[in-house]
Amino acid sequence: MAPAAAAAHHTSLGLDSRKMAFWAFIGSECLLFASLISTYLIYKGRSLVGPYPDILNIPFTSISTFDLLMSSLMMVLALAAVQRGDLKWAKMWLFLTALLGMFFLAGQVYEFTSFVHEGLTLQRNLFGATFFVLTGTHGAHVTVGVIWLLTLWSRALRGKLGKANALTVEICGLYWHFVDVVWIVIFTVVYLIQ
Amino acid sequence: MRESPAGEHAHPTAGVYLRVAAVLVILTVIEVGVFYVPAFHPVLVPTLLILSAVKFTLVVMFYMHLKMDSRFFTFLFGGPLLLAMVMTMGLMFLFGAFVLKR
Repeated sequence: MAPAAAAAHHTSLGLDSRKMAFWAFIGSECLLFASLISTYLIYKGRSLVGPYPDILNIPFTSISTFDLLMSSLMMVLALAAVQRGDLKWAKMWLFLTALLGMFFLAGQVYEFTSFVHEGLTLQRNLFGATFFVLTGTHGAHVTVGVIWLLTLWSRALRGKLGKANALTVEICGLYWHFVDVVWIVIFTVVYLIQ
Repeated sequence: MRESPAGEHAHPTAGVYLRVAAVLVILTVIEVGVFYVPAFHPVLVPTLLILSAVKFTLVVMFYMHLKMDSRFFTFLFGGPLLLAMVMTMGLMFLFGAFVLKR
């Protein structure tokens, strides 16, 4: 039996147990982010001192959003390449996905730094506390995703990411797209609805 | 042998992925546009929420393959998502975020 076949874990439902466990994990992550978004919304407009949400830079964040959406496209193209055994393009798309993730993180570092220079910190007011915890938690998830993607890319470079590993890439993709959909909500709720 | 389990359905083609990406970009441009057009401000919140929900659904259905995959995965994701939305609305209601201004 091939190693990949030995690695397949089917459940009584005929579904792969790793994929099922990962969907359950994503479900639990929905609750985590819902609690953070709820906290942000509850304390919205209750800060006694500035800076207030009008310091948010919409054009800059729109570019970050576009960047993350494109990274999701790269991710599905990477999965499609792995599924058809095209290692050359799989390497390219995986690297581009990670690169766009790193651009997003660089943008977040720039945004956080500029806010701190304007006086908005975690301790300054309710807006600062809830904003940094929510977007920081999302940024931590993006960081984990980038590390995961770079690990897969490294495996692809060594020729150890073939058709047989499509599910491994698909699960990484599920995580990456989840991070993207969370940002879709944050971009609307935090940045556009002020 | 692939790792894919029994019951897995075919994933969309690259063309479908590109079309979904184009729609996502267009919806994002509309979102940002609506934010800057004063005429939309009375309906800004519902408009943005609908656009965001459409983007969310497109990514989940096509990029996360829920449209083609087992219904059980939809249940595993949809159940907690529904609970999360109810929890958010409940907390906002409890903490007075929906108090009407007179």
